Amino acid sequence: MFDKILIANRGEIACRVIKTARKMGIKTVAIYSDADRQALHVQMADEAVHVGPPPANQSYIVIDNVMAAIRESGAQAVHPGYGFLSENSKFAEALAAEGVAFVGPPVGAIEKMGDKITSKKIAQEAGVSTVPGYMGLIADADEAVKISGEVGYPVMIKASAGGGGKGMRIAWSDEEAREGFQSSKNEAASSFGDDRIFIEKFVTQPRHIEIQVLCDAHGNGIYLGERECSIQRRNQKVVEEAPSPFLDEATRKAMGEQAVALAKAVGYASAGTVEFIVDGDKNFYFLEMNTRLQVEHPVTELITGVDLVEQMIRVAAGQPLTITQDDVKLTGWAIENRLYAEDPYRNFLPSIGRLTRYRPPAETAAYSPGVAPGAAGPVVVRNDTGVYEGGEISMYYDPMIAKLCTWAPTRDAAIEAMRVALDSFEVEGIGHNLPFLSAVMDHPKFISGDITTAFIAEEYPDGFDGATLPVSELRRIAAACAAMHRIAEIRRTQVSGRMDNHERRVGNHWVVSLGGQSFRTEVAADPEGATVTFTDDGAAMRVSSDWTPGDMIARIETDGAPLVLKTDKITQGFRIRSRGADLKVHVRRPRQAELAALMPEKLPPDTSKMLLCPMPGLVVKVDVAVGDEVHEGQALCTIEAMKMENILRAEKKAVVSKVNAGAGDSLAVDDVIMEFE
Amino acid sequence: MKDILAELEGRRETARLGGGQKRIDAQHARGKLTARERVELLLDEDSFEEFDMFISHRCTDFGMENNKPAGDGVITGWGTINGRQVYLFSQDFTVLGGSVSATHAMKICKIMDMAMQNGAPVIGLNDSGGARIQEGVDALAGYAEIFQRNVLASGVIPQISVIMGPCAGGAVYSPAMTDFIFMVKDSSYMFVTGPDVVKTVTNEQVTAEELGGASTHTRKSSVADGAFENDVEALAEVRRLVDFLPLNNREKPPVRPFFDDPARIENSLDTLVPENANTPYDMKELITKTADEGDFYEIQEEFAKNIITGFIRLEGQTVGVVANQPMVLAGCLDIDSSRKAARFVRFCDAFEIPILTFVDVPGFLPGTAQEYGGVIKHGAKLLFAYGEATVPKVTVITRKAYGGAYDVMASKHLRGDFNYAWPTAEIAVMGAKGATEIIHRADLHDPEKIAAHAKDYEDRFANPFVAAERGFIDEVIQPHSTRRRVARAFASLRNKKLQNPWKKHDNIPL
Repeated sequence: MFDKILIANRGEIACRVIKTARKMGIKTVAIYSDADRQALHVQMADEAVHVGPPPANQSYIVIDNVMAAIRESGAQAVHPGYGFLSENSKFAEALAAEGVAFVGPPVGAIEKMGDKITSKKIAQEAGVSTVPGYMGLIADADEAVKISGEVGYPVMIKASAGGGGKGMRIAWSDEEAREGFQSSKNEAASSFGDDRIFIEKFVTQPRHIEIQVLCDAHGNGIYLGERECSIQRRNQKVVEEAPSPFLDEATRKAMGEQAVALAKAVGYASAGTVEFIVDGDKNFYFLEMNTRLQVEHPVTELITGVDLVEQMIRVAAGQPLTITQDDVKLTGWAIENRLYAEDPYRNFLPSIGRLTRYRPPAETAAYSPGVAPGAAGPVVVRNDTGVYEGGEISMYYDPMIAKLCTWAPTRDAAIEAMRVALDSFEVEGIGHNLPFLSAVMDHPKFISGDITTAFIAEEYPDGFDGATLPVSELRRIAAACAAMHRIAEIRRTQVSGRMDNHERRVGNHWVVSLGGQSFRTEVAADPEGATVTFTDDGAAMRVSSDWTPGDMIARIETDGAPLVLKTDKITQGFRIRSRGADLKVHVRRPRQAELAALMPEKLPPDTSKMLLCPMPGLVVKVDVAVGDEVHEGQALCTIEAMKMENILRAEKKAVVSKVNAGAGDSLAVDDVIMEFE
Repeated sequence: MKDILAELEGRRETARLGGGQKRIDAQHARGKLTARERVELLLDEDSFEEFDMFISHRCTDFGMENNKPAGDGVITGWGTINGRQVYLFSQDFTVLGGSVSATHAMKICKIMDMAMQNGAPVIGLNDSGGARIQEGVDALAGYAEIFQRNVLASGVIPQISVIMGPCAGGAVYSPAMTDFIFMVKDSSYMFVTGPDVVKTVTNEQVTAEELGGASTHTRKSSVADGAFENDVEALAEVRRLVDFLPLNNREKPPVRPFFDDPARIENSLDTLVPENANTPYDMKELITKTADEGDFYEIQEEFAKNIITGFIRLEGQTVGVVANQPMVLAGCLDIDSSRKAARFVRFCDAFEIPILTFVDVPGFLPGTAQEYGGVIKHGAKLLFAYGEATVPKVTVITRKAYGGAYDVMASKHLRGDFNYAWPTAEIAVMGAKGATEIIHRADLHDPEKIAAHAKDYEDRFANPFVAAERGFIDEVIQPHSTRRRVARAFASLRNKKLQNPWKKHDNIPL
């Protein structure tokens, strides 16, 4: 076994590999760019070597720099993680040339699977199901109809040079195929000046399901079940689970065996992933093979009890697999939610900055990769993270900052555990997709497992502006807030300097307004909690919690059901974030509520249609031009004042109508920098 | 007997209706609450004790003898806020426009005198058309009586003004002399002369909102200390402020139970100061992470944002915070920020509120606008305020403490009790580049030499240790333990006794 391994990556995956290496007694070497000096993976590794400036193409993926780091540290093996150099055959060759082990497949396998056409050919030869179609040129409509019939309807008629839906037709019959061919050809000719057309099977209700394979250098290969990765936004996976709620045992076996056959056909030796597209009738077709550790590998680890990183390292060290196909049992259900530094309220714009608060939910202490399902308790929470509170999310790298996973014996229980875990996850200082993930976990289609790769596009066509909670959920939050507010008010009456015998007595009647609803409540508190009665319908709810004023996370049980709220103090109440909703909750005495109702509803102020210079300074650069549409939070202009650069950002979505300043201009306070339509 | 009791109830009923239902409805239609409703919201439930409910004016001119509403347009009395006594007056716009007559003023003076005698704050809810013109000089005399009491009460009991409607002309000067002024957005304005007079005299076209609305006074003039969305929110926030304040200048600031470990470690503060010395960071993060429960009551949030002022609690007890804000103008001192902070420091000192100062200051803002505006004297106000303050003073330098601004910001030399520095602190006369260009003027033509000199200067002064060697810094502390260190420092100062030499009063450079 190796004594020292270098991880040619950063972020959560570098941390993930370090954990297993440490467990195996292997020393770890991190590499880092200038932007990552303080990064978590650098802190966790035994050694760290600097590889260059912040951009990855000047540091992490410069083979010479990484090779130098390997030489400097004396690492005997390199784990590439995913992305970066993980599927770069030149890197694998460079390592081989210096006798350093690559924790990944042989160079040949990387090369063969790295090319779309070659890989499809090899797959076909290995008996792997591929999307039926005709890759050659089609002469006329008659031939198109003939081929379509052979492929089987529905078919997709595509322009070779196509893109963006242009020159693309879906045909469900001979007639449509004939028409489609002609119109597709015309459109292709006019749009691209290239009227070549090909036809392939149109996959309806497509799901993205992939098979995890594991092979050694001794000809052994197994599959470790599948992962369902259909929930994607613009080809970026967001939620994954294992197993898939869609596959049956026979399909699983067929996919698994084909995946192993493909791996063996290219002499694969490591962990790898064979991606399939699966249609509504459970027909599956090969898409591509990823010759590396996959981002979403934890869900497989959680249901199989196999530490994939450990297996990769063992295989790289030449050891034979100790697991046989018969040993692989899929137990329980695992779900992964990817936490992205992307603001869902601003069209998922990447968000960078300082993580002023970062408190993931508590991970299950008894769990680590390799622990058998169920052995660490009835529910497992696992969070693979590469960041920490006080750390910086930079613009240079992938916006994924953590992978939150839950495991439970059933899918429903795993989803519920995920809901609670998401509610407990505190991230402040940057925009992030936690509310969106919560909303997905509560979406009926997700809950039923009826999902396709179009889920997000179809269910959130206009983006995401926060979850709308059902009244039942609002009532739980209302009861909790009434109880919490009462506790906070009682504490206020315990201030020093009060008039003896004339203390304020805090009442029990509270009107809670939130999400457009208003509830009248009566709070009967006792040492264990409170019983909150909704006086309009007489229903009572038991609220228990150890919350004290100032706690940002309130862990509550309402009638025994867990409810986790992120709380911030606002005037007469709380800002509550829960289940993807962001609510202002006002808790008032009945009289206060009566008077508050007299207050005029104010429209959000029109913060004027100008960007004013907030300080005297020098314009360093203007980031936008006339006609640009800008999003809330987008950088508009940088002003240098007192030798410091201040970035001015858009306060709302707008179109730039006029730019009055340019780089080098010296501005005074309130000078108009630009105007909006 | 019964009849007499009934008559009392009847008279009370009439008085409570103020200017009558029609005017009450009109008040509501303007998005404003009535004077009585405001009192209800300001005070603890059922704690209001009213004075002079039946007072009426004595004016007989212009038919006023036929219009003598009970209470004369202002409600006065005392009550409690979370069990602590306060006096208040609430002007009733539904009664003669809340205009101030001699008797109206007399009512206010009465509760002010009692507040002074009994050591409790005065809160004024202002909603008045101004002096009652029919009374002439009597009304003006009434104003002056109030002014005089404002002056005498200053520094004795906290005085808070909430502007909840018009406040114009001479009327502005009573709030102006109180400790805090809060406004209600869109329904209050303050000015010495209104838009009509402005137009006549200067030909300026301006609306009442532009001239003296909440936005003007919180952002431009700094007359107001804060603004709130509506009456309900404003009164709830005044209650919250009162929770921070002592009742008078002979009392310690209030303490209340707290649920936040004073020894709480905040590891994230170790990375608060960016590696690049010219990169800003948000000082408010340090304030909220130091405070009990992250609770910060900011004063003048919208004005001179390069300095932050406000109240927090440590171990349940009020502490005033002054902090440079590197996010705005690099946190430099200038005319506005000096004035803002100086007034805040003097309030804290007057009322025995300990002062915590966070320092990251590159110096004073240069420029003709500053010099012509008298930055020398305005900057001196803050220097003076810190220098005369005898309350416990704890200072933490997070990064830059350059030049005269270092001295000003509650330095050891101004009787700072605890002066801590983070390891990232740089205490020097100026930044390395500037210093080098002066010291090594002869090498200015040689960038290489200059760079080397700058490096030398940085190595020598871009750290807290030179100051620590001289005892100007008591300890260099880990950022993550700031809350614990600061809380313990204030704990050790609970019995601090320090007196300035006897004087009639000082002569701060106003």
